Amino acid sequence: MFTIQINNRNIQAKAGETILQVLKREGIKVPTLCHLEDLFPTGACRMCVVEVEGMDGLIPSCAFPVSKDMKILTHSPKALQARKTIIELLLANHPDDCLFCVRNGNCDLQSLSEEFGIRQRRYSGVKDNYNIDSSSPSIIRDPAKCILCGKCVRICEEIQGVSAIDFINRGSEATIGPAFNEGLNVSSCIYCGQCINVCPTGALREKSDIKRVLDALNDPDKLVVVQHAPAISVSIGEEFNIKPGKDVMGIMTSALRRIGFDRVFDTSFAADLTIMEEGSELVSRIKNGGKLPMMTSCSPGWIKFVEEFYPEMMDNLSTCKSPQQMMGAVVKSYYAERENLDPKKIFSVSLMPCTAKKFEAERPEMSNNNIPDINAVLTTRELARIIKMRGLDLNDMEPEGPDTPFGERSSAGKLFGVSGGVMEAALRSAHFLITGKEMDDPQITAIRGLDGIKEAHVKIGDLEIGVAAASGLANARNLMEQIKNGRDDIHFIEIMTCPGGCINGGGQPIGKDLDAIKSRMKGLYQIDRDASNRLSHHNEYVNRLYEEFFEAPNSHKAHELLHTHYHKRDVMK
Amino acid sequence: MDTILDTILDKHRNARRDALIPILQEVQEAKGFLSRESVAAIGEILNLPTSKIYGVATFYNQFRFSPLGAQHVQICRGTACHVKGSAAVLDALERELDIEAGQTTRDGQFSLEVVACIGACGLAPVISVNGEFHAGVLPEDVNNIINSYRVDEEVQADAK
Amino acid sequence: MPNKNTNNSMSFLPEDASLEAVLYDKLEIGQQQELSENYSQIRREKVDKPAIFIGTGTCGLGAGAKKTLKKIHTYLDVHNIDADVMEVGCIGLCVEEPIVDVQLPGRPRISFSRIKEDKIDNLLDNVFKNKIDTDQAICQFPPKGLKEWEGVVSIDKHPFFAPQTRWVLANCGIINPASFEEYIAHGGYQALAKTVRRYTPAELCDMVEKSGLRGRGGGGFLTGKKWKFALNTESDQKYFICNADEGDPGAFMDRAVIEGDPHRLLEGLAIAAYGIGATKAYIYIRAEYPLAIERLKEAIIQARGMGLLGDNILDSGFDLDIIIKKGAGAFVCGEETALIHSIEGKRGMPRPRPPFPAVSGLFGKPTIINNVETIANLPALLVNGEEWFSSVGTETSKGTKVFALSGKITNTGLVEVAMGTTLRDIVFKIGGGIPDGNAYKAVQIGGPSGGCIPEQHLDIQIDYESLIKVGAMMGSGGLVVMDERTCMVDVAKFFMDFIQRESCGKCIPCREGTRRMLEILERITKSRKSEEGIDALERFQGIMYLNRLGNVIKDTSLCGLGKTAPNPVLATLHYFRDEYEAHIYERRCPAGVCRDLLTYEIDADKCIGCTLCSKKCPVDAILGNPKTPHFIIADKCIGCGACADVCKFNAVNVN
Ligand SMILES: Cc1cc2nc3c(=O)[nH]c(=O)nc-3n(C[C@H](O)[C@H](O)[C@H](O)COP(=O)(O)O)c2cc1C
Ligand code: SF4
Ligand code: SF4
Ligand code: SF4
Ligand code: SF4
Ligand code: FES
Repeated sequence: MFTIQINNRNIQAKAGETILQVLKREGIKVPTLCHLEDLFPTGACRMCVVEVEGMDGLIPSCAFPVSKDMKILTHSPKALQARKTIIELLLANHPDDCLFCVRNGNCDLQSLSEEFGIRQRRYSGVKDNYNIDSSSPSIIRDPAKCILCGKCVRICEEIQGVSAIDFINRGSEATIGPAFNEGLNVSSCIYCGQCINVCPTGALREKSDIKRVLDALNDPDKLVVVQHAPAISVSIGEEFNIKPGKDVMGIMTSALRRIGFDRVFDTSFAADLTIMEEGSELVSRIKNGGKLPMMTSCSPGWIKFVEEFYPEMMDNLSTCKSPQQMMGAVVKSYYAERENLDPKKIFSVSLMPCTAKKFEAERPEMSNNNIPDINAVLTTRELARIIKMRGLDLNDMEPEGPDTPFGERSSAGKLFGVSGGVMEAALRSAHFLITGKEMDDPQITAIRGLDGIKEAHVKIGDLEIGVAAASGLANARNLMEQIKNGRDDIHFIEIMTCPGGCINGGGQPIGKDLDAIKSRMKGLYQIDRDASNRLSHHNEYVNRLYEEFFEAPNSHKAHELLHTHYHKRDVMK
Repeated sequence: MDTILDTILDKHRNARRDALIPILQEVQEAKGFLSRESVAAIGEILNLPTSKIYGVATFYNQFRFSPLGAQHVQICRGTACHVKGSAAVLDALERELDIEAGQTTRDGQFSLEVVACIGACGLAPVISVNGEFHAGVLPEDVNNIINSYRVDEEVQADAK
Repeated sequence: MPNKNTNNSMSFLPEDASLEAVLYDKLEIGQQQELSENYSQIRREKVDKPAIFIGTGTCGLGAGAKKTLKKIHTYLDVHNIDADVMEVGCIGLCVEEPIVDVQLPGRPRISFSRIKEDKIDNLLDNVFKNKIDTDQAICQFPPKGLKEWEGVVSIDKHPFFAPQTRWVLANCGIINPASFEEYIAHGGYQALAKTVRRYTPAELCDMVEKSGLRGRGGGGFLTGKKWKFALNTESDQKYFICNADEGDPGAFMDRAVIEGDPHRLLEGLAIAAYGIGATKAYIYIRAEYPLAIERLKEAIIQARGMGLLGDNILDSGFDLDIIIKKGAGAFVCGEETALIHSIEGKRGMPRPRPPFPAVSGLFGKPTIINNVETIANLPALLVNGEEWFSSVGTETSKGTKVFALSGKITNTGLVEVAMGTTLRDIVFKIGGGIPDGNAYKAVQIGGPSGGCIPEQHLDIQIDYESLIKVGAMMGSGGLVVMDERTCMVDVAKFFMDFIQRESCGKCIPCREGTRRMLEILERITKSRKSEEGIDALERFQGIMYLNRLGNVIKDTSLCGLGKTAPNPVLATLHYFRDEYEAHIYERRCPAGVCRDLLTYEIDADKCIGCTLCSKKCPVDAILGNPKTPHFIIADKCIGCGACADVCKFNAVNVN
């Protein structure tokens, strides 16, 4: 520890810390546009510059280490003018689109120009002209709004291990895009949307399904069914200034009814169903010498990743559809039959923390007799927009319960929202399926938490099962390489595309830090702790579904409706 | 099967990423430009995402993604050439060929490229056609120089 | 292309002597005598048969040296003359290329200027009859007892060469760069031998630091001091990189050194690598220098063959591999961290420092990068000692500096002068002043990151500090002279255009700022016609913002490119504000360069109505019937100047 001086105050700092880290700790805010927590600084945006005594020019605080007796001025006139000029320069090459922009009110560039009181177009000139890329089912790229901070590139490469996009060209012609600047649809992009979450502007956004959903709601012929994923209820509140992690399922349900959804179901019900199918598949693979390790299949980005990068491992994937698709399938089959509805007249909407789910819903495999299981997917953000559009505020609503029969869930199904959760839920039920007995303690701490790869060896009866859970596909890639290189002590692998799981999905509220993600995780575990039923196989309606419709897990009918297959993809990777 | 490409890539079977630029240079040298297929094949060999390769290739002036014209006209826009009036020569070239720098004529005969410095500052302003230097070029010389490289009947007809 | 008659034999070695013994000075008396005789022959102190030398560096080739060379061979064949023909590098007087030297038995070597192929017959006919045209002769080499040529100045009295101090360029244009023997005979590799035998790396670093040698690539950092950072960093692998990217579009010193004397660079590089304990060195060279690359490749093969590269060099236990990496065309890759990324196969985007390359550089290992000229200084420095080196130069800047003279100057070419030489001497003595009787206006020094120096500062003694004081910088050593016919706003615009195209695009101030600065300059040099709407107001405002923008770009940019990008604008704005004002307020370009601001009028008295101009006009702005005076419609005219270019009667007036 040594002393440095910041804005004429003495402050203790440690060797190896960056100036920015010290500033954050001291509550001194300097703006950043390119900084990504925990990744090596690139020093690209120069917004974080500060004045350091004895050094020429201005110093980027994000990339510069503190040293003893350093004297720093964070808001000197020189630093302020530099930051303001940088914003002005960005604006000079930015479409004047705020009023039409998805990030209006939630844009770093917009709020910085407000903070710096920019009221004048000081610099003007030619603006870059780019086409919008709306080729993919999930992500829209609008390079004209890109400020080239490079965060998307780094997330995609360093966290997701995909590298679908990179910088193209040089200097003022630089832009971001896939190889040969083609559409994302022919790239290796897995539509995870992690890039959207780090983008400071509206250059990246989800492909919105709001209009289609509103049209369906207004169509008297349509029965609009909605399901919400486990991670939504602990994050949607943030869009209404409710603190992260607070479970707002009840009020969200009542908001959905007021918006006009005819049925409100809980995807966690389908998660319980998934556990029954996937658990049985695992048990059967272990008992009958099937392909191991078995890998979960509920994260559509991950599926595309395997189809592109590890086609030789497609057989390791569980054949189960994801909970979203299972729900979609049972709604249009079992439920339609039961309620005597024409499946064509059901418009099935799913609320997901995820952009890749939009892609999943469009997969040709995800339909039955040409009727898609799911008609539209809305992200958490889009849902918040609809709620606001209808003049509703989650802060002043009374909670309501979901609709039957797909409203009931165990808390195991709810755990699908967090990395390790599918595994935990599956193990709870696998234990029962194999031994006929419940686990002593359903909580499996070794696979909880935000680590990238978590592993455990679990005893179930006489069997010792090796399990691993990875999130963030760079971690998944790491694990896959280990398996390819002969590692064989792992029998069951859970992969979630987004780091930490769906709580940190690419459709979640933007601009949230690690603390928010942690709170969402705690929120889900809290729900599990407080639940009366923590076991999927005790979900009464799931069991009834088997009795009345599917007969048994992995039955022929179940295979038809609840399972799928994969195919190798040729993309520019 | 693309044997030219394969021969080059074979030499680099165990290469690491630092071989990327040399490989791109070799491939372009052999094939004239970098095609989608070449880039994908290089990606396989080096285990590198194509987006990264494209990113690298577009960073440097040297790489092209479409073939050059039969006659490759380069004009030096280094400081010395500029001071001696190369901007006017460039204008004249663009007018003569009816293309902008960086483009290839529609008939594929000529491509015009601006280069930073050919390194013949003593001879400014310089243009080079297929590597052959023309020193001290004035705008009014351009027509003759270009015509001397034209191979179509039109000019020969003109000449008659 | 380089000579294929490369002789890589050890034929110059005395009997029973090894190269090591020669370089380690371990010869017996008799052997010593034999060696010195061999050397004198290789150096051609006397020749038995005629020797003809031709400069085939890039500038020579550009001027037609290849055809001249072919013609020489034909001539010798036809006349059945037995003579040695040698290709040499560039002696520096590029304007006189192709330069052909002839050395006849009993007479000193003599150089002739501008020998295109058509002049060979006449020249050689005469020379072989011991006759010369003194107007064609540039100079002769010191006679040293041979019979002088009459009426031809000696090279050490020649106004271009005499004021120079040629250390780095000592061999350039003199020796055959493809011959290992010639380099050795001129004292080559003695410095390396001395270094590996006598000094520890730490001692070497000390010496180099004490000599005062500073980086010639721009920054001017003390070389020995820089090495120590890497030397003192523990690592299993260290790298040395020679920066031969030479991206400044008006500089060709490094190219000339490599083309003319490649072994000097290799020897220097080996010494430098030894100094930091690197066993692998890279030469990062622009792909646009094919000849230099070829020369280096050959030289590396020769040196390796002689045991001067590779494992256990000169039995000292020191290993070194040298690898050539071709750049792919990006100015910013001259910046150290960008260069490293480029070698690693990445986009050449700089990264923040620290960590400095000396601690974590290429592949994460300690790495030192030095410029070609810095490295090429080492052999002489080591042979003659640090005191010899520091005896030349100014208080803060020791030794010499090579400059590439170009632009509006009589002797375009390459010169090497002692630090502290005045700019006036360089331009007017060595450079021969401004051609066509025009007046000097400024010199741009340091390329796109430098600044221009007007008349009033011509007497500064050149060194790192003095140049910065007047708003320029040493930079790479490009020195472009501008006269009254050069428009300074146009020059500033030229550099800004270059920089904004070459910016890597990573950081906002450099990427966005430089293009706005360029646009402001473009507005100033645009005619009223091509302005739309609010442009007029913006051109007034713009100039106010140039300074502000320039300073922010300097203060905040990540790398040297951005930090120096505004210099050409700020410097011209400082010294030539009146020119800016003429453009802005009067819409006039005093130098008559900015075409858009020029107006074209046809002088009805001179025009004979030949219709040539109206045919040439790309926008059909010229009216007139054949054989009657033509007329230019001002509103249509785009100021391309085609009419003025094409008119044979000088009837188009340009204002
Ligand atoms: C944009 C930019 C371009 C540069 N280009 C070159 C170059 O072409 N050659 C060179 O030797 N140094 C160049 N430099 C300087 C190098 O980064 C580096 O400082 C130098 O090679 C160090 O060698 P020295 O200490 O021997 O001068 C450049 C620097 C910048 C910022
Ligand atoms: S990205 Fe931000 S600044 Fe740009 S238009 Fe959208 S809201 Fe406005
Ligand atoms: S959606 Fe995911 S895979 Fe696609 S570009 Fe963004 S981060 Fe990369
Ligand atoms: S798309 Fe967004 S995250 Fe990516 S570089 Fe542009 S501004 Fe940054
Ligand atoms: S200053 Fe310019 S060249 Fe340097 S890193 Fe920034 S954008 Fe790139
Ligand atoms: S946050 Fe420091 S440079 Fe962008």
